[in-house]
Amino acid sequence: MKRKLSHKIVHVAVLAFFVVLLAFPFYWMVIATFKENLDLYNVQNNPFLFHIKPTMANLNLLFGETRFLRWLWNTALVGVLVVIITLLLSIPAAYALARLTGRWGERLGIGIFLTYLVPPTLLFIPLSRVIAVLGLQDTIWSLVLVYPSVTIPFSIWLLMGFFKSIPKELEDAAMVDGLTRFGAFLKMVVPISLSGILTVVIFTFTLVTQEFVYALTFISPESNQMVGVGIPIFLVRGDVYYWGSLMAACLIASLPVAFIYNLFLDRFIAGFTVGAVKG
Amino acid sequence: MAVVQTRNVTKVFKEGELGAVNNVNLETREGEFLVFLGPSGSGKTTLLRMIAGLETPTSGEILIGGKVVNDLTPRERRIAMVFQSYALYPHLTVYKNIAFPLKAQNVPKNLHKEKVEWASSLLGIGALLQRKPRELSGGERQRVALARAIVREPSVFLLDEPLSNLDAKLRLSAREELERFHRRVGTTTIYVTHDQVEAMAMGDRIMVLNKGVVRQIGTPKEVYDDPADTFVATFLGSPPMNLVENDGVIVGFRPEHFRLAEDIREVDKLTFKFRVENVEYLGAEFILSGLLMGGKADGKKVIARLLLGHSYEAGTTYDFAISARQLKFFDRTTEKKVPAKALTWQ
Repeated sequence: MKRKLSHKIVHVAVLAFFVVLLAFPFYWMVIATFKENLDLYNVQNNPFLFHIKPTMANLNLLFGETRFLRWLWNTALVGVLVVIITLLLSIPAAYALARLTGRWGERLGIGIFLTYLVPPTLLFIPLSRVIAVLGLQDTIWSLVLVYPSVTIPFSIWLLMGFFKSIPKELEDAAMVDGLTRFGAFLKMVVPISLSGILTVVIFTFTLVTQEFVYALTFISPESNQMVGVGIPIFLVRGDVYYWGSLMAACLIASLPVAFIYNLFLDRFIAGFTVGAVKG
Repeated sequence: MAVVQTRNVTKVFKEGELGAVNNVNLETREGEFLVFLGPSGSGKTTLLRMIAGLETPTSGEILIGGKVVNDLTPRERRIAMVFQSYALYPHLTVYKNIAFPLKAQNVPKNLHKEKVEWASSLLGIGALLQRKPRELSGGERQRVALARAIVREPSVFLLDEPLSNLDAKLRLSAREELERFHRRVGTTTIYVTHDQVEAMAMGDRIMVLNKGVVRQIGTPKEVYDDPADTFVATFLGSPPMNLVENDGVIVGFRPEHFRLAEDIREVDKLTFKFRVENVEYLGAEFILSGLLMGGKADGKKVIARLLLGHSYEAGTTYDFAISARQLKFFDRTTEKKVPAKALTWQ
C-alpha cells in the first residue's frame, strides 16, 4: 500500500514536471501578449503576473499595422500545396523503390536520402538563380517549387520503410480478390500506411512553417511574406523588439499546428516507430 | 466449377538459369482436390502463382474452364486464393475482409450482407465479424481467409500451404475442417504443401514436384505404392523407402514391408541377415535401423518399421525378409521405375 502511494507520488511529480516544462512557453506567450511594455520591462515586477491591467494594444499592433493575417494565409497556402505535391510524388516513388527487387531499390533510396542532407544555406544561392530564371522571385510560388526538393527525399525514405513492412501477399490477395495493381496500392497499401503518410504531412507542414533561409532570400514584398519571416522582419525594428506583438504572433501561429498534432498524436507515434523498426 | 489445365508451362526467373518450373502439363478433374507436393524450392508455389495470375509464365499456356487465361489479370480469372500467411487485411474488420472481394468486383451492395453471413456461418465465424484480424487466433484467421475465398463462389480454389502456420494440434483439426469444407462446396481445389502426410490425407490426387519438374501425378495410393522414380519413393513415406543397389538397378522396399522372415508367409521372398544398430520405440511401433549382412548388399544401411509384438535389441542380427511383390525397381542412371527383374544377391 505504502509502495503504491509513493509510486503514485513519483508518477504525478514526473508528470507535473513535464507539463510545466512544456506548457510554460505557451503561458509565457499568453501573458506577454496582454502585457503593457511598462510592465514587461520592469525588472522589479514578478514576470509571471500582471502588475498593470492587461491590454489589447499588442494585438491591435499585430493585426492593424502588419500583414499578419496575410502571412498566415500565405503560409497555410504554401503548406497545403507543398504537402499535396510531396504526397503525390513521394508515395508512388517510395512504393516503387520499396517493391523494386534487387539492390537497386535500396541504393536509390539511400541516394535520394543523401540529397536531403545538403543544407539549404548552401543551396539557396544556386536556387535563387533558378528562381530568377523562372521569373518566380518575390512570389510564394518560388517556395512551392523549392520546398518539395527538401520534403520529398525525406518522405520517400520514411515511406519506403513503411511500404517494406507491408507483406507482399496482402497486395497479391487484393489482386486475386478483384483489384488491379493500382487499386491494390490505393486500397491496401495506402490505408495501412496511414500513420506514415500522416507523419509525412506533419513533417512537411512543420518544415514549411519554420523554414527561414529560402523564405527570406526569395521574397521581399511585405504582402508575400511567410509568417516565419514576416514576424521577425516587421516586429523587430532596428533594436526595438515589439515583444508583446511578437509573442502574440507566435501564439496564434503555433496553436493550430499544436492542436492538429495532438489530435493525431497516437498515429504519429505509431508512424515514427513502425517506420523506424523493421517488422 | 472449372478444370485447370497447364500446357508446357515453364517459368525462368533469371535468364540462363534453370527454370523454377519446367514444362509442366497437368489437368485437374472437375471438383477434384489436387495437391502439389514437393520440397521447398520445387516450384510448387510458383506454379500455383502462375495459375492465379500473380506470375507470368515464361512459356506455355494456362487454361481455366477450357479458356486460355495467360493474358488475364488475377481478378479476371474467377479464382480464390488462400495464402500461407492468410493475408487478411489488417485495417479491416472480419466482416469487411470477407466482403472485400464482393466490393472489389462490384457485386451489388444489398447482396453483401447475405453472402458474408452465408460464408461466415459455413465456417462458424459468425460471432467474430466485428473483430480485427489481430484479435483472432491462428485457427480463426484461417477460417476467415477461407470465408473470404468462398464468398464470391469462385470456379477454382488455390491454397498455398494454409496449415503451415498452425501448431501441430490445430493443424490436424484444421485439416479435417478443410476436407469437410471441400466435400461441401465441391469446388476444384489446388493445394500446395511440402508435408507428405497432409498430401496423402487430403488429396484426391497428388502431383509430386522436384526442381520444377513433375515427377509423378497419381492418387495417394499410386504415388505411395508405385512411385515413378527414386525421388518420389524417398520423398513420400516416413521413414523413407530403403534403396539398395544391385547389378545396375536400384531395388526399393518400404520399411514396413521389411519384417522378420518367419512372419512372411509368401514363398517368393527375399531374405537378408539384418544387424540392428539402433532401436526407436515410438509407442505403437518400432523403428529399427541397421545394416544388411553378407552377399552383394553387405553393409547397406536400411530401416525397418515394425508393429509391436516382438522385442528387438541393438547389436543383434536377425533374419529379415521382404515379400518379392513389394520390391520396386529403378534404373540406376535415370532413377526411373523399371520392370521387376530377377537378381542374385549372394
